[in-house]
Amino acid sequence: MDLKFTPEEEAFRTEIRTFIEENYPERLKNAGGREDLGRDDMLAWHQILGEKGWSVPSWPEEYGGTGWTPTQKYIWNEENARANTVPPLPFGVSMVGPVIYTFGTPEQKERFLPGIVAGTTWWCQGYSEPGAGSDLASLKTRAERITDDDGKEYYIVNGQKTWTTLAQHADWGFFLVRTDPDARKPQEGISFLLIDMKTPGITVRPIITLGGEHEVNEVFLDNVKVPVDQRVGKENEGWTCAKFLLAHERSGIAGVARSKVGIERIKDIASTELDEGKPLIENPFFKRKVAELEVDLTALEFTELRTLAGEAAGKGPGPESSVLKIKGTEIQQRIQELVLEAVGHYGAPYFRGYGEGDNEFSIGPDYAQRAAPTYFNGRKTSIYGGSNEIQRGIIAKMVLGL
Amino acid sequence: MNFDFTETQTMVRDTLQRFLADRYDFESRQKISRSDAGWSQDIWKAFAEELGILGASFSEELGGLGGGQIENMIVMEEVGRSLVVEPYLSTVVIGGGFAREYGKADLIEEIIGGETRIAFAWAEPQGRFDLNYLETSAREKDGGFVLSGHKAVVRDAPSATHLVVTARTSGDVADEDGVSLFLLPKDTKGVSTRDYPLVDGGVASEVYFENAEVPASALLGEAGKAAGAVRKVVDEAVVGLCAEAVGCMEQMNKLTQDYTKERKQFGVPISKFQVLQHRMVDMFMEAEQARSMTYMAVNRLPDSASAAQAKVKIGKGLTYVGQNAVQLHGGIGITDEYAVGHYFKRATMIEGQFGTTDHYLRRYERLALED
Repeated sequence: MDLKFTPEEEAFRTEIRTFIEENYPERLKNAGGREDLGRDDMLAWHQILGEKGWSVPSWPEEYGGTGWTPTQKYIWNEENARANTVPPLPFGVSMVGPVIYTFGTPEQKERFLPGIVAGTTWWCQGYSEPGAGSDLASLKTRAERITDDDGKEYYIVNGQKTWTTLAQHADWGFFLVRTDPDARKPQEGISFLLIDMKTPGITVRPIITLGGEHEVNEVFLDNVKVPVDQRVGKENEGWTCAKFLLAHERSGIAGVARSKVGIERIKDIASTELDEGKPLIENPFFKRKVAELEVDLTALEFTELRTLAGEAAGKGPGPESSVLKIKGTEIQQRIQELVLEAVGHYGAPYFRGYGEGDNEFSIGPDYAQRAAPTYFNGRKTSIYGGSNEIQRGIIAKMVLGL
Repeated sequence: MNFDFTETQTMVRDTLQRFLADRYDFESRQKISRSDAGWSQDIWKAFAEELGILGASFSEELGGLGGGQIENMIVMEEVGRSLVVEPYLSTVVIGGGFAREYGKADLIEEIIGGETRIAFAWAEPQGRFDLNYLETSAREKDGGFVLSGHKAVVRDAPSATHLVVTARTSGDVADEDGVSLFLLPKDTKGVSTRDYPLVDGGVASEVYFENAEVPASALLGEAGKAAGAVRKVVDEAVVGLCAEAVGCMEQMNKLTQDYTKERKQFGVPISKFQVLQHRMVDMFMEAEQARSMTYMAVNRLPDSASAAQAKVKIGKGLTYVGQNAVQLHGGIGITDEYAVGHYFKRATMIEGQFGTTDHYLRRYERLALED
């Protein structure tokens, strides 16, 4: 065991850092983590990386992956977090992309993967339903197979999805639908469909969240006609894709590098804010909370590194990734909470809107403006992707065998 | 010893509860909070005239119902339960507190009548939670005073007719000596405000004093000697916030219990999962302890260490109950449309108002454990 970086790895870090410095768009400086950016801004860095061949480092090389070692990927993430870049959207890169290259037909791979690599196609995830959240398998959206007048086979999809993140920008969506309502178990009889969001019958309606953002949506499907060749995997076996995708989603969810940046930000803020005439960071209570966060983040970091090393040795992301999800989101939420605590009184003013309004709102220091909405909105992380209670259930059952 | 309310106290609570159920459901509250003004003059008028609750905490000689801090507690609990945005804490608990302290019978009468509303301008951009940290100055001139400075996030200033302002007449920036207190109409020349909404649905202003001249009569008490009264009234406000927190927590618990009994996953109501049951039990225990601490602190006023204890225990409870109420609701817990998230936002802000949990834990250490 040797946990130090090699000279080659340090050289790799320099290469990455230089590339980011030279190519990252100036206008998006420090915009990572903002949920309010427009479509073009959200995709800009992804597209630059697509040209460079670095947009999907974790994919197999034949589909556009970089072939980097886990350590290199780790450095990659760290440098991006350091520069607070706008990360490529996970829906294509970490979710549907891996499903397509693992379960898709050669035609599907050819049709859909290049747009994900290039960052030109925006994907959204049609999983949750009003009655099917943590219990995803109870989903009710129906897909009936018909043969149309043109002699081709289609699915006619009817139902409602919810919590669909950024569907307002999406070109395509991947949906879990029920193709066999009489299946023996709820997990059976589900299929995985790729649906063009411009198909007639799709309505996207915004859900406004606590911080005032429009980040999630309801998606209504009313007799939406989907060609059968847009199904990934076998009919009624979509649950295999769904489970595979959830494991992938969880492995990226620890957010270690971004949390490191978050803690640095707390230190910066707490060095500026005064408490009894001295920088807040010198307040022993506050300092201790930062220290505890750093300790917990280190534990998460090395747990993630062990998981990554296991993946490199051929162990796919398994139920252990639930540990990363739970601990990662808890730390992210504690950071958001501590930022809000640090900013004091100026966490209270409500900052309406972003972008154009940015300069007009000058109540209190800049770093205080998003503290409360970010904290409120951040409560979602222990809910989405399988709530942390569900994750603990997975660990109990799958890891501990209880 | 008994924990019972008097007949009058019970009546105040019951009439207020009925009124709020009738006129201040969540939808109405959202409408008021999102209106341009951010509060409702009609509701305030009803508090004064229909309910008479603005006088509940004042003695009968001063035109009140003969009550005190317990009445304030009773009202504040309902304020918390219904997320009331009107300025009861600022006007009655704090403004009325200073009026009582300095024997301002006229002011109390105007407060009870509803025509005078007060905002307490104490916090400063660099002062954090230190009540005595004052860069705002008041210097004597022609028998009156001239105020200069900037007060941060002054809650309820947009709806206020008057301001109670802390300003320094002598001493160094954080000295206890030299803290003076002024009561002035908000439209005093040289006073300007920038109004804005708050994340919890309330309203506040930045208040700027640019050589604002006030007469000697604006000074409350003796120049430079107000620190004690400020602390005393702020402790009363802290206890008021604790009561608000009790109402807020209990409502979050109710919403969560109701929701988990309705919401089915894996074929059963999620309230049947032991993990969630235990969580809701812990939330319930936090609310119960919050109520106990509020009763303790209100009875021990003006004991500052007791107020600090209550703020600490309740601050932790607010965080726990708020976060878990959202968590147990799942996705809808973070939507703007559903009530629980708005309780969570208010709970979060109460935790920080007049100082965070850490601030009061340190204060308690100093008052009780250090010499």
